[in-house]
Amino acid sequence: MLEESLKLRPYLDDVGVMIGLEIHVQLNKLNTKIFCGCSLDYHDDEPNTHTCPVCLGLPGSLPVLNRKAVEYSIKVGLALNCSIQEHTQFYRKNYYYPDLPKGFQITQYDYPIASNGNIMIEGEDGEVRIRINRAHMEEDPGRLVHEGGSIERSKYTFIDYNRSGVALLEIVTEPDLRSPKEARRFLDKLRNILEYLDVSDTTLEGSMRVDANISLSGGSRSEVKNISSHKGAERALLFEIVRQKNLLRRGGTVVQETRHFDEARGVTVSLRTKEEAHDYRYFPEADLVPIRVADWGPEIAKTLPELPDARRQRFVSVYSIMDEHAKSLTSEKKVADFYEEVAGQVDPKLAAVWTADVLKGELNYRDIGIEAFKTEDLVQLVSLLSEDKITEQSGIQIIRTILNEGGSPDKIIESDGLLKAEGDIVTTAVEEAISENPQPIADYLNGKSEALNFVVGQVMKKTKGRADAKLVRELILKKI
Amino acid sequence: MITTKDVEHMGWLSRLKIEEEKLEGYAGQLNSVLDYFGQLDEVDTEGVEPTYHVLEMNNVFREDVITECLTQALAIGNAPKTQDGFFKAPRII
Amino acid sequence: MITVSRTIKAIKESSAVEVVAQCLERIEGSNNNAIIKVTRDEAINAARKLNSHPGPLAGVPIAIKDNISTKGMETTCGSRILSGYVPPYDAHVIERLKAAGAIIVGKANMDEFAMGTSTETSYYGPTLNPWNPECVPGGSSGGSAATVAAGEVPLALGSDTGGSVRCPASYCGVVGLKPTYGVISRYGLISYANSLEQIGPIASNVEDMTLLFNVIAGHDPRDSTSVPREKDYTNALVNDVKGLKIGVPKEYFGEGTDPHVERSVWDAVHTLESLGASWKEVEMPHTKYALAAYYVIAMSEASSNLARFDGMRYGLRLEKDHDWHTTYSEIRAAGFGEEVKRRILLGTYALSAGYMDKYYLKALKVRTLVKQDFERALNDTDVLIAPTMPTPAFKLGEKIRDPLTLYLADVNTVPINLAGVPSISLPCGFSDGLPIGLQIMGRHFDEETIIRTAYTFEQNTDFHTKTSEVA
Repeated sequence: MLEESLKLRPYLDDVGVMIGLEIHVQLNKLNTKIFCGCSLDYHDDEPNTHTCPVCLGLPGSLPVLNRKAVEYSIKVGLALNCSIQEHTQFYRKNYYYPDLPKGFQITQYDYPIASNGNIMIEGEDGEVRIRINRAHMEEDPGRLVHEGGSIERSKYTFIDYNRSGVALLEIVTEPDLRSPKEARRFLDKLRNILEYLDVSDTTLEGSMRVDANISLSGGSRSEVKNISSHKGAERALLFEIVRQKNLLRRGGTVVQETRHFDEARGVTVSLRTKEEAHDYRYFPEADLVPIRVADWGPEIAKTLPELPDARRQRFVSVYSIMDEHAKSLTSEKKVADFYEEVAGQVDPKLAAVWTADVLKGELNYRDIGIEAFKTEDLVQLVSLLSEDKITEQSGIQIIRTILNEGGSPDKIIESDGLLKAEGDIVTTAVEEAISENPQPIADYLNGKSEALNFVVGQVMKKTKGRADAKLVRELILKKI
Repeated sequence: MITTKDVEHMGWLSRLKIEEEKLEGYAGQLNSVLDYFGQLDEVDTEGVEPTYHVLEMNNVFREDVITECLTQALAIGNAPKTQDGFFKAPRII
Repeated sequence: MITVSRTIKAIKESSAVEVVAQCLERIEGSNNNAIIKVTRDEAINAARKLNSHPGPLAGVPIAIKDNISTKGMETTCGSRILSGYVPPYDAHVIERLKAAGAIIVGKANMDEFAMGTSTETSYYGPTLNPWNPECVPGGSSGGSAATVAAGEVPLALGSDTGGSVRCPASYCGVVGLKPTYGVISRYGLISYANSLEQIGPIASNVEDMTLLFNVIAGHDPRDSTSVPREKDYTNALVNDVKGLKIGVPKEYFGEGTDPHVERSVWDAVHTLESLGASWKEVEMPHTKYALAAYYVIAMSEASSNLARFDGMRYGLRLEKDHDWHTTYSEIRAAGFGEEVKRRILLGTYALSAGYMDKYYLKALKVRTLVKQDFERALNDTDVLIAPTMPTPAFKLGEKIRDPLTLYLADVNTVPINLAGVPSISLPCGFSDGLPIGLQIMGRHFDEETIIRTAYTFEQNTDFHTKTSEVA
């Protein structure tokens, strides 16, 4: 498997980093769990208030499969370009952990619902295809809270089974990623696709959990668990590279082991438990009958929405915008939806610049989402800009004000007097500036071209930035 | 032939603590049963599919509709140790 | 022994509360340890609330094997590890019983986690056979069969994974049915081997057993292996076997079969013949491997089904907690009996890396061959008839020391569970005062034919009228 990966993508550096990911995605846009009818809106509720005999694993309880969970899983499989398994079966994965109420997890082993797919990402060396080995369905275990907050120092473990039984899709990549940054990009792309499919709200806590496998130069692989954010994944992997490099430099060997990512400290720790190599004793789950979904694939394929890559291409061709902008706009579904609504009403090219470059920048700086801005407001803003009624600087100021304090473009323009200074006001300001600044004018006429900037600046000051700088420059030149 | 070491390993794999002095006894009993199971080797099962499900049934589903769940009191009611609505288990390591 | 019709008559003449109270008195005065938990208050309250309940079992007392979940009533599976466990929900069959007006009067004793053939592995002590208190009542539903045989209740529920309804029915001289896999919902049945087991009705005669079966059988959307099939099985209570084709598998009369048993069963075949049936010998060549295949599969499934007992959410918890894995191991060591531990160890072994092909997968293939034996044998016959058990009830303590000896008693019952076919056991004779059981097996979902055969046999003989002097 490693050799195959290397044939497709050699190492990118002399350290020989090779990364594979296992991502557990909660299908939390379902109404209920995978094998019972308990609801999923448990996030703000007391522990153990969304459970039933089935997800608690009470003696005598039996699982019944959620049809929609299968549909969603096939949807994701198709979106990841996978083949869909026509005849599949659930298995028991037998192991012991307090969050696993039955002492086994119902999962898929042979015959995962989807396999052999891929996702395109921006690699370190250009666009690259990352292969998906498989995507399979399973149930989420409960949630553990370690007394004292740390698994090593806790005296007790508190268990909440509200999460137990939530439908999970486990997506496993081939080890085709070659850097922590690529891993992060992969996760962002996957999240994006899931958002487009509307099968998972990945902003919810615990909705997307990552285990990462990393090795250096074909050495032993370490598995890092307990990663719960994309930034965390990048940090954990960067730490691992450093740790493993140092270990090798000191003459040590990297052992194949499972390590736990401590998000707070930014380090991975070895979990020295008695759990050696797991013997999961996989065997088919007799309480669930096999499923045959051969004809589901084509039906579900018809219901697939336009996915990010396709949407990006369409933006370029339909709106005639730059691919860079299209990429930025489609990297988040909400942003893409926002843009399309705006682009339907004003100049799409201008809308693209102002959404992708300006608005997104201001939002990222404040770490908030595009829900904080109304499409009507951007439509208004872009209209005013295309009609040349306000300057770009004013445009930026309006956006910032709305995000910081609220309001709308016309109200802010009124209160701050942002309408472009026109005609007499500008001419007057130009004349004043020229008369007030003889030296810079003289310098300019003597060859110092930068001196003109100073005078332009003075005009801008007088008009409180509302004059068009280019126009001002022209007017000054005309007059002198 | 399973040894006391095997019994110890199986005990750990099943999370069943077995006292040192009992290992031998278990090994003896388990061996006699495993010997009996060895009969299965005599059967020619070439080309025979295993029976995982005795009935030919497929595609049993439930719809994605919320049903009533247990109250917290009933959910944790049988637990020997609880705290603030959580089940209380010993530390992991 | 009591019948449902007599009970219903008594209720009409007095009241459900009185009838139930009398039943409770009988149970409480008994010393056979068939009922380990008398549910007195719940029973009296339920009887009081009945009024004129239209259900077919209105006011009729019933005992429930203690591995079937009863809401608000302790359910132990005959084990220390579930001592004090009170399920917060009813099994599907319990819901159906309550809807029919039946009154649960007690939880019946059983081999621990249904693992056994004699009810001697129960943490709560063995049950005594009402025909001879020095003998075992059979297992694992020993309590259910004994309480009916002792005339304490008219009806009981057991469960059958490898013969656990039919064996005690045979040893206690009552009627017990293991239906086709999937006919009775397993929701609420605490699992031992989930691809093999079914809940089964037990009564003193075929008609009563069928009435009970009718109430509890049927589709349950909470059990994915539950079959959508709604029938009225009482239509099968017809005294007629003309043209019935009987197959007698010679493999079921192996060495170790008691000569009285052999004679009684053949007498039964000839009785049916005299009533218009015909019979022929059939071959079921894989029968001798069925026992090994059954135990490998059952133990493998059990090792997984019993993994949930860790003392965190219910059941036994010891005073001192160590780290989680150690605590877990200690609780299970203290809470499980020897037979359960043996089966968990063997089951884990049979599934473990390096051995799964040799044991578990091999057993599943042999299962296919056993199932095919039944398909072939029942291709040109309607029912198969054989002894339920090779001998009558053995003495307490006689076989419990060596596990393998005990397993061998199941030779005639386990193949039925492997194939998933239905099978009834009813009395067909006596040996030294101990009942002998006749086993009637049929095609998948053809309970009607085996019920009709059993009913006809019963109506033309008088074994079902015998009661033990000792009881």
